Amino acid sequence: MTPTLSVRNLRVEIPTRHGALTAIDDLSFDIAPGEVLGVVGESGAGKSITGSAIIGLLDPPGRVAGGEILLGSQRIDNLSPAAMRGIRGNRIGMIFQDPLTSLNPLYRIGDQLTETILTHERLSPKAAADKAERLLIEVGIPAAGARLSSYPHQFSGGMRQRVVIALALAADPELIIADEPTTALDVSVQAQIIALLKRLCRDRGTSVMLITHDMGVIAETADRVCVLYAGRLAEIGAVRNVVKHPQHPYTRGLMAAIPSLIGDPDEKLEQIPGSMPRLGAIPDGCAFNPRCTFRFDRCPAERPGIYETSASRASCFLLDPTGKPPPAETAARAVAAGIEVRAVPAGASL
Amino acid sequence: MSAAPDHIAEAPAADAAPLVEVEGLGRVFDLSKRWLNRILDGSGRVTLTAVDGVDISINRGETYALVGESGSGKSTIARMVVGLLPPTAGSVHIGGADIWAESGGVRQRQIRRRIQMIFQDPFASLNPRWRVGSIVAEPIKAFGLIADARDREARVGELLALVGLDPRDAGKFPHEFSGGQRQRIAIARALASEPEFIVCDEPTSALDVSVQAQVLNLLRELQERLGLTYLFISHNLAVVRHMATRVGVLYLGRLVEEAPARELFAAPKHPYTRMLLDAVPDIGMEGAERQSIAGEIPNPINPPAGCHFNPRCPYVMPHCKTTVPPLYQVGSAKVLCHLYADGVNAALPPLAR
Repeated sequence: MTPTLSVRNLRVEIPTRHGALTAIDDLSFDIAPGEVLGVVGESGAGKSITGSAIIGLLDPPGRVAGGEILLGSQRIDNLSPAAMRGIRGNRIGMIFQDPLTSLNPLYRIGDQLTETILTHERLSPKAAADKAERLLIEVGIPAAGARLSSYPHQFSGGMRQRVVIALALAADPELIIADEPTTALDVSVQAQIIALLKRLCRDRGTSVMLITHDMGVIAETADRVCVLYAGRLAEIGAVRNVVKHPQHPYTRGLMAAIPSLIGDPDEKLEQIPGSMPRLGAIPDGCAFNPRCTFRFDRCPAERPGIYETSASRASCFLLDPTGKPPPAETAARAVAAGIEVRAVPAGASL
Repeated sequence: MSAAPDHIAEAPAADAAPLVEVEGLGRVFDLSKRWLNRILDGSGRVTLTAVDGVDISINRGETYALVGESGSGKSTIARMVVGLLPPTAGSVHIGGADIWAESGGVRQRQIRRRIQMIFQDPFASLNPRWRVGSIVAEPIKAFGLIADARDREARVGELLALVGLDPRDAGKFPHEFSGGQRQRIAIARALASEPEFIVCDEPTSALDVSVQAQVLNLLRELQERLGLTYLFISHNLAVVRHMATRVGVLYLGRLVEEAPARELFAAPKHPYTRMLLDAVPDIGMEGAERQSIAGEIPNPINPPAGCHFNPRCPYVMPHCKTTVPPLYQVGSAKVLCHLYADGVNAALPPLAR
C-alpha cells in the first residue's frame, strides 16, 4: 500500500552569512493511511521545521536542499507556490498550537468555515453552510447552528481548538499535520481534544503527523513515534516499543527524565547532562555523542547509520552489527540498560 | 484554620511553628469601566475574585505545591505571598512577621530578604544587558549583605558553583546560555540574599524534558543542603508528585483539597482532583484511554454559585448549587466538598488507574 506521506532523505538548510546551517539532515519516514505518527524532540530538534517543509511553508531563507516529499504518489517538495496552495487545506489539513492565531478574529466562525469549504469544493453557499454546521456538530460544539455566527473571541480555548480541527477537516484531507495542538490548553481540556482528534481521524481514515514535545500525549495517541535530535532521526518505531524499550541512548535518557505518576516519587530523576547543540555547533560524528554515557571512540569520528533492532530502528553505533565494537564495559552497561547491543566486542559474551 | 503538621514526617522538628502562614487570603480584581463610562452606559461594577479565602501553612524544610489549571489563582497567590501584589483580604506571615503589615522601612526589608522567587521564563526574568555576575550580585547589594566588592565577587562565584555553573560564567551575558543554564542563574540570584523561603512559579514549564530533570534535581539538592522551604507552583501533576511534601489543589480561586503528596496521588478525595489525575497523559499508561471530562473552567468573572465545580461534577447534589461546602477534615486531608459531610465517603468509585 502506498503511504499517505513519504519523506525521503529530507535536508533543510538555512543559509546565513557564515554558510548554510543544516536544520534537517537526511530524515526519512513514512506515514501509512490512517496512521498517527508522533514526532517528538526537544526545542531545536527540528520537529516544527519538518512540518513546515512538508506543507511548503518554511520561513525564508530556509529551504529544502535535498531529498523528496511524496504525498501519495505525487512529489510535492518541488511544486510551485500556486500548486502548493491547492494542496494545503485541501489534501493536507493543519492544526497549530495557538488556536487564536489560526482563526481570523474579525470574521465569524461560520464565514471562515464556509470560505474554506467553498475554496476546496463546488457547493452552493447554502450547502456549504450546512456542511459547516455538520462539522461543528462533529467536533462537539454545543448549539452549533447558533455558534456559526459567533466570533473566535466568544469561544473558550478548548472550543476554539475544536473549531480549528473543524477547519482542518473541512476539505476531507488525507493527512493532518498537528503541531503542538494541545500545548496551549489545560490538562482537562487537553484530554478532550486528543480524544476528539483520535476519534475523527480513525472514523475518516485520515493520517496524522502529530508534532509535540509531550511524550505522554504521544504515548496515548500515536501508533508509531519518530524521535528527532538536532535535526536527525534518533529512533523510529511502534510507540509501545519506543516508550518501554528505547534503543537509542537519547530516547532512553529522555524517557527516564520524565517525571511520572507511577513509580517512586523520591527517586532522583535521571538527567541527561548538557543541552541540545545549536544548529551552528552540531558535534562531529553522532550529534548526541558529547552527552551520551555510552560514547566510545567511533561516536565522535563517524556518523551512525540507521540500524534495525527487534523493537525499533535507531541511529546508534551500539546497534551496528558491523564495524568496530565498543569496549566490553560500555557494551555491558548498555545491555544492562536494555539496549540490544549488536556490536559485540571481540571475546566478550553478552 | 489551625495547622495540622503532625502527619508530615519529613519536616525538620527544629522549629515547630510553620514558617509561612497564609490566612484567609483573598484578591479581587476590579475590571469595571471608568466611573464616567459606567454612568453613561448604565453598567455596574465588574469584579473578578481570583483568590477566595485561601489558608495555607508551610512548615520549615517542606515543599508545598499548589496545582490548578489556568485561572485557578495559583500565580496570584504566589505574587501575594512574595509581596509583589497586595491582597484584598487576609494576611501572609513569614516567620511570624506579617509581610503586608508594614510598608517600606527596615523591618520590611528584613522580612523580604528571607523570601525569593524563581519565575517561569528564564528568558524574561534576566536582564539581557547585565552580566551574570551583576545579576547574581544585585540582591547582595540591594540588601547590603556584603560591602566589599571583592568578597561579593567571591560570593557570586560560590553561588554559581552551587547551582552547577562555572564561577567564570560571571563575566558572560544571559544570551550566551541555554534555557536550563539561565534557570540556574535565576536560582543563583534567588539564593544570593540567603533566603529561607523560595516561591517557584512554574520553574520548569519553559524547559525541555531533559533539562527539566536537571533543574528539578538541583532544586531538591539545594533544599537538602540549605534547608530551604519551597512554595512550588505548577500545572504539571507528575512534576508536583516528584517535588512536593504536601499539595494544595486550587479551583477558581478556592483551595478544594489539601493533603500530603503521597496520599493525594494515591487516594484523591475531591472529584476535581480525581478528574485532574485521570486527565494526565502518562507514558506509563500504555495506551489506556483517559477518562473524558465534560466542560471547561467557567468564566471566573461569573463563577457558578455554591461549589464552583458543580456544573462539571459527576456527583453533583442539589445543595452543591446553592451552598459553598466547608473544608472537611478527612484523615490527613482537607476537602472542600459536600460528599464528605459524614467523614469518609465510600460512594466514590475507585480511580480508573
